[in-house]
Amino acid sequence: MKQYQPSLTLSSSPHAHSKDSTRSIMRDVCIALLPALCGAVYFFGARALSVTLVSVAACVFFEWAYRKLMKKDTTTRDFSAVVTGMLLAFVCPVTIPFWMLIIGAFFAIVVVKQLFGGIGANIVNPALAARAFLFSWPSQMNHWVEPGSRLPVSGSIDALTAATPLADLSQGIIPTGTSLTDMFLGSIGGCLGETSALLLLLGGLYLVLRRVINVRIPLAYLATVAVLAFAFPLGGAARLDWMLWQLLSGGLMLGAIFMATDYATSPVTRGGQIAFAVGCGVLTILLRYFSSYVEGVSYAILLMNLCVGFFDKIGVPRRFGARKKGGAKA
Amino acid sequence: MPRSFFGGVHPKGYKALTRDAAIRPITPKQVCIAMSQHIGAPCVPLVGLGDTVTLGQKVGDGKGLCVPVHASVSGKVVAVEPRPHPGGTKILSVVIENDGMDTLCKDIAPRQNVDALSADELLAIIREAGIAGMGGAAFPTNVKLSSGLSKVDTVIVNAAECEPYISADDRLMREEPARIVGGLEIIKRILKPTRSAVGIEANKPEAVAAMQAQLPADTELLVLRTRYPQGAEKQLIQSVTGRCVPPGGLPAAVGCAVFNAATCAAVFDAVYEGMPLVRRVVTVSGDAIAKPANFLVPIGTPFSVLLEAAGGLSDKAYKLLCGGPMMGIAQHTTEAMTIKGCNALTCLTTAHKVAESTPHCIRCGRCITACPMHLMPLQIYKAQQSGNIEKLRYRNVVDCIDCGCCAYTCPAGIALAQSCRTAKRMLREADAKEKAAGGAGK
Repeated sequence: MKQYQPSLTLSSSPHAHSKDSTRSIMRDVCIALLPALCGAVYFFGARALSVTLVSVAACVFFEWAYRKLMKKDTTTRDFSAVVTGMLLAFVCPVTIPFWMLIIGAFFAIVVVKQLFGGIGANIVNPALAARAFLFSWPSQMNHWVEPGSRLPVSGSIDALTAATPLADLSQGIIPTGTSLTDMFLGSIGGCLGETSALLLLLGGLYLVLRRVINVRIPLAYLATVAVLAFAFPLGGAARLDWMLWQLLSGGLMLGAIFMATDYATSPVTRGGQIAFAVGCGVLTILLRYFSSYVEGVSYAILLMNLCVGFFDKIGVPRRFGARKKGGAKA
Repeated sequence: MPRSFFGGVHPKGYKALTRDAAIRPITPKQVCIAMSQHIGAPCVPLVGLGDTVTLGQKVGDGKGLCVPVHASVSGKVVAVEPRPHPGGTKILSVVIENDGMDTLCKDIAPRQNVDALSADELLAIIREAGIAGMGGAAFPTNVKLSSGLSKVDTVIVNAAECEPYISADDRLMREEPARIVGGLEIIKRILKPTRSAVGIEANKPEAVAAMQAQLPADTELLVLRTRYPQGAEKQLIQSVTGRCVPPGGLPAAVGCAVFNAATCAAVFDAVYEGMPLVRRVVTVSGDAIAKPANFLVPIGTPFSVLLEAAGGLSDKAYKLLCGGPMMGIAQHTTEAMTIKGCNALTCLTTAHKVAESTPHCIRCGRCITACPMHLMPLQIYKAQQSGNIEKLRYRNVVDCIDCGCCAYTCPAGIALAQSCRTAKRMLREADAKEKAAGGAGK
């Protein structure tokens, strides 16, 4: 009989692994952001693309450089820095100077992400935290251009400035001159990647179908905003109109689909995720109604990010087979 | 709609490799009958070097939680010594040189009076036949039966076979459904349940049809959702009855008793034919094997004989597993022997190698969604890495059933299941230490 002497590998089970990896998940998020990026190029011109590229390049560079300097394993291959870079560009005005993007990328990757331990360990969303930080230059961060401005890749950015619908909404006025269809399609002023609800929803649908995200968080977040807006319209606006305007304006779609679902900064349990998303919705409405700054989404999510540790505790699944009450020990 | 349980994963099945391969008998030149093939106390050899043994002769037995082991061929005992066991260690074994005659032990004869046997007599027959759970865990069947007496209202036959690659039970159901059903009838006579059911995953339609044709009217055939770990005892009970076995409890605590399909067939053989458990069906499959097949294997056959019969192991072989890829035990040698609980040999190439990198948890929560026991593997991992015993207790790691769903699904490639295993050992050691310290204090 033939004697086999193969060099067999010993390891503990399981010996099979699903095809999904951190890299494939992050790549899916990038793919899901592409429709909105195309929309941004259509509405604001090629500059939308160059802003995104600069942001992505800066994020990847800082990710690589930090890990290299600190003699840690390289994590640039996992695409997470690319996601952060895209999201950072999406929450900035298309007119943002490139040097600000680079500062933002440094803040997002080094300060918010790596100093807390790198991927999965950051406690707030890097892109949103960087956006909050970049408001140290408020005039640049509040410089909106008319959709259809078609800004060139770089150079002069003296385009026509426009107000975003949110500015009117915060006064209790439904803007005139813009239709709900414009709002849905994205032909409005606003941050680079946040304007088109349609294209963002398309990306969200892709993520749900690929099982990268669950509908739980976006749905609970949007539903909370919808219910509150419907219940408490400002300035005597028609309830349904008011609700739709609130849903489609500002960074709500981008926030609900891509920011509040960020794994590292959202709860891991089902119950926790729903409570977290409802909290985001309530804070968004409160900030939009009562704060002096018109947009509430980014600060709502950042604030809720900080509470994730608490939400993780409230959604702990009940012990298998334990009695319904006082289930700790059977 | 197919029934299911909470959580789980859906690994690729690879059942097509062997599901249409009829069971072929295999004749080894030598068998090693390990003295420990079940959960409980090992046997003590009853034969010595040079003895002549017959097929079905008892060659080892013991006291306590123990069932005997039998010669699976006739021939001469050429060694009584420790031999490689699928568990990874060497276990005292009786090595028998096969004389190829299959001379039957004189005590073995078909029973005529089966209907007249009492429950106690049946239990004694099942014990003497050396039957232990053949789905993998190898818990002595007679003990399971007697501990379930008067507590069990539901008997479930586990024919889910949810592990990838394995088709041993599938083939058994398709080729010899009458033996499985006959064994189930014996078990029903002992336990007197009010409900009995056979659970088969939806990916085995031929087996469903074959079993349906044999089952009596009072036994349900349930087509279960194809989802791993459908065949885990607690999950099968949940799928079939909706009941959840309490933490640390046995199925009898919720009135259930679960028996593997092959175990039922072994009970039939023992009671009607008088034949102890000496053979079992083993699937030899995987991408590192030339001709995947299902074999009827004498217990004690070395794995190398099975591999040879299946066309040989490829040079690219990376892992040899006793069992399937989700819960199988990796082998360091091809010389370990087939034992009662071994339903498959899975041979994998490096194509199944998981890219190893420094794992970073991204908090995606997939392990929580996948865990059929409602655990939070990512938190257990964190507590285990930092050695926090209190946290491990709080996270109920003792409930872990080792199914491997968490590690399977983890996109970061963290060895979560392995971490849970380490955590359970850490807890056991901490408990033992506490006990010792408490005892010394008194």
